[in-house]
Amino acid sequence: MSTWIDIAALDDIPLRGARMIKTALGCVAIFRTAGDEVYALDNACPHKGGPLAEGIVHGRAVTCPLHNWVISLETGKVQGADEGQVATYAARVENGRILLDRSFLRARAAA
Amino acid sequence: MKQKLVVIGAGMASGRVLEHLVDQNPDAYDITLFNAEPRGNYNRIMLSPVLSGEKAYADIVTHDDDWYAAHNITCRFGEHVTQIDREAKQVVGQNGAVAYDKLLIATGSAPFIIPVQGKDLPGVITYRDLDDTNAMIAASERGGKAVVIGGGLLGLEAAAGLAERGMDVTVLHLMGHLMERQLDESAGFLLRRDLQKKGVKVICRASTAAILGEAHVEGVMLEDNTGLEADLVVMAVGIRPETRLANDAGLEVARGIEVNAQLQTSDPDIFAVGECVEFDGTLFGLVAPLYDQAKVVAHGLLGQDDAFVVKELSTKLKVTGCDLFSAGDFADGEGREDIVFRDPGRGVYRRLVIEDDILIGAVMYGDTSDSNWFFGLIRDKTDIAEMRDTLIFGPAYQGGTPLDPLAAVAALPRDAEICGCNGICKGQIEDAIAGGAIDLGAVRAVTKASASCGTCTGLVEQVLAVSLGEDFVLPTAQPICGCTSMTHEDVRRMIKSQKLTSMAAVWQECGWTTSCGCHICRPALNFYLLADWPLEYQDDPQSRFVNERKHANIQKDGTFSVVPRMWGGITTPDELRAIADAAEKYAVPTVKVTGGQRIDLLGVRGEDLPGIWADLNAAGMVSGHAYSKGLRTVKTCVGTDHCRFGTQDSTGLGIKLEKELWGSWTPHKLKLAVSGCPRNCAEATCKDIGVVCVDSGYQIGIGGAAGMDVKETELLVQVATEAEVIDVIKAVTQAYRENAKYLDRIYKWMNKVGLDWIKARVVDDLTERAALVDRFELSQSIYRKDPWADHVKRKAETYRPLANLSLEAAE
Repeated sequence: MSTWIDIAALDDIPLRGARMIKTALGCVAIFRTAGDEVYALDNACPHKGGPLAEGIVHGRAVTCPLHNWVISLETGKVQGADEGQVATYAARVENGRILLDRSFLRARAAA
Repeated sequence: MKQKLVVIGAGMASGRVLEHLVDQNPDAYDITLFNAEPRGNYNRIMLSPVLSGEKAYADIVTHDDDWYAAHNITCRFGEHVTQIDREAKQVVGQNGAVAYDKLLIATGSAPFIIPVQGKDLPGVITYRDLDDTNAMIAASERGGKAVVIGGGLLGLEAAAGLAERGMDVTVLHLMGHLMERQLDESAGFLLRRDLQKKGVKVICRASTAAILGEAHVEGVMLEDNTGLEADLVVMAVGIRPETRLANDAGLEVARGIEVNAQLQTSDPDIFAVGECVEFDGTLFGLVAPLYDQAKVVAHGLLGQDDAFVVKELSTKLKVTGCDLFSAGDFADGEGREDIVFRDPGRGVYRRLVIEDDILIGAVMYGDTSDSNWFFGLIRDKTDIAEMRDTLIFGPAYQGGTPLDPLAAVAALPRDAEICGCNGICKGQIEDAIAGGAIDLGAVRAVTKASASCGTCTGLVEQVLAVSLGEDFVLPTAQPICGCTSMTHEDVRRMIKSQKLTSMAAVWQECGWTTSCGCHICRPALNFYLLADWPLEYQDDPQSRFVNERKHANIQKDGTFSVVPRMWGGITTPDELRAIADAAEKYAVPTVKVTGGQRIDLLGVRGEDLPGIWADLNAAGMVSGHAYSKGLRTVKTCVGTDHCRFGTQDSTGLGIKLEKELWGSWTPHKLKLAVSGCPRNCAEATCKDIGVVCVDSGYQIGIGGAAGMDVKETELLVQVATEAEVIDVIKAVTQAYRENAKYLDRIYKWMNKVGLDWIKARVVDDLTERAALVDRFELSQSIYRKDPWADHVKRKAETYRPLANLSLEAAE
């Protein structure tokens, strides 16, 4: 049974933007696409740990601000010639609020 | 004995329920129908044609008096229901109570009124029913100006109708593009363009602060203090379910009256239908699901099993000349792909959203002839794997062989027009090729084909390829990125010649193949747009690299560096003290002196940025833009103030230049220096723009660099006065802003256009120099301000984490 944690209002994140949330085990980046979808990923690029929440969001991908690796928001997989994957967590929007599945805290504890 | 049914509200949903009831079992119920409006059921969807004058009220009546009489329905129109008494099972109207066995609530929705001053003034109306429509028609007969607040479906139909009736109409929309719930940005751009062609003005990101007027509405004031005159204000910002009666009766109400799949409320004898209900978290505003609900309610009232399910919806706008269609779901869900098709020439845009080989959403603008076919694919969840490659072209292309673009060009007749701007046909191009014009440049020179807006460049190249076969090598010009086949130069030319003033306009008119660009093209487009259209275009922080979005340089560990501006490299003990205090307060690990005569505070945490900026601001310092593709620093030597060799006041001139140029955005970073004598202690000859003072005046050189390439400046001109130095430098900076490719420093741009080309504009032609200076000043009137102070004031919150769950347990 999944339980959802209310994180913030959708409008707290700009369109094609991201914000970061802190957890006991590190930071998670929450992205908002042009189509108002939200995605939650570990806020660290698999390349050199760059803060993905600071990257440019385009389509359903984000470009890491440090060395321009492009990461799929849907799968967490690095696109193109580079390789790697970032952990993704279930996120959704309901009544203009961003909800994260509480299991992401567990998943991170196990990692 | 017959059961008693009372219905509250005679709208389209309850009207359909009654039709089903009397159709299937006319003897099942004694029916009493209340309606607050003094009339029965009419087709509300057709109010827009009534407003525009294409139809009259009589044309849109669904149930007239005869119909109600023929079916023995007791009508209590123009009477408000004041209470539902569930104990006594009766409905209380203004003229008395009536008992029920079953009750149907169909109270519909109420327009949302934004709570601003002046909302109750005469002349401020909403757009829900016939009375509103008649009020608008009456107001339009007096002519004048109308302001429509809300750029959704209803607001735009009201705006178009009022414009049709001769009013001067402005639409205010809070969001960045029109109908943002149904359309994406690209389609929103085309809609806005077509409405403007009809004379409807559109202002997006417009937040209404107040409605002005004494005895009658006179105008609207926006949050940014823009004032608009208005003789009529139409509020169409949205609707909310009308739930007051249900609430008072103690039924379960969330946003709407909560119902189960049988449309029963929390009281099983009370049903609800239409816009007043909420089912499974969903509200309903379009007619299709309301009719589905009506059928289920009728079946429920007759004791038959049925269940309501939420289906896919589609939207069309009823404005002549604005052809749009939107269906399906664009939100939530992973693993989706977009297919985008744009035909700039015809103003056509199509976007399909696909998930697991099923079409789940479609937006179409300009040509919606295939919309029913696409909607069918969405509704039926058809597997589209087989036709994926040609899906976007519609049903006509299915089942055939894939199209070869070259074969299509080869098949064109000689009189087919290739270049619309210059009216050049295929035959003329073929003749030019036969006459020896064997590349694009030559064809352009001979025929002018593709020499204006450039959109037909690809076509001209294809004609070349068809005519010359293997002798024609397609040009190797690099497109900006994978989103487009156009080069930077092509796109800059399009932005200027076609007056493209928004990102969505560029994507559409230049045929971008992605829905919203990528990290390579977006920063370039953002710069081109703000450089060419400083007043029309609004800077988009989300299209900027993090350094320019957060006004600090990101470091490898995700911290930032902060560099306050020191005009001309001059500082004071007070400023140094403030910098030292800030460094200690925010535990800055490294303090370094830069090559540009500034002090760099390295290792500041992102969430501390607004704090440290506020402290530096308080000491009189502003952002040093050490992170920007824009003016960085003006480095100086001490000049005649102290130096025994100094020939001019190099420090003073450096400070003046920096105060004029700071805040400006340029294609790449822009570094200046002013040296007080040819000994050149400020290293002015390896700067983008460098001034070397001599006894007789000032030598201005451009195109220096000391980075990956080391370049010495070349002399642009020697002038006699400081004022001339400042004008020439502003002019050359503006010429660079208007013409260079994004991420070319001045020396690269100069290699392409030549020093003589630049001289001709900023040295020889004084009229052109003055015009460049004017355009630079216009841009600076917007951009010459401190972003730090602005972010401290407006955006400090966005630098903090969105939430802190450090103490949150996993279970």
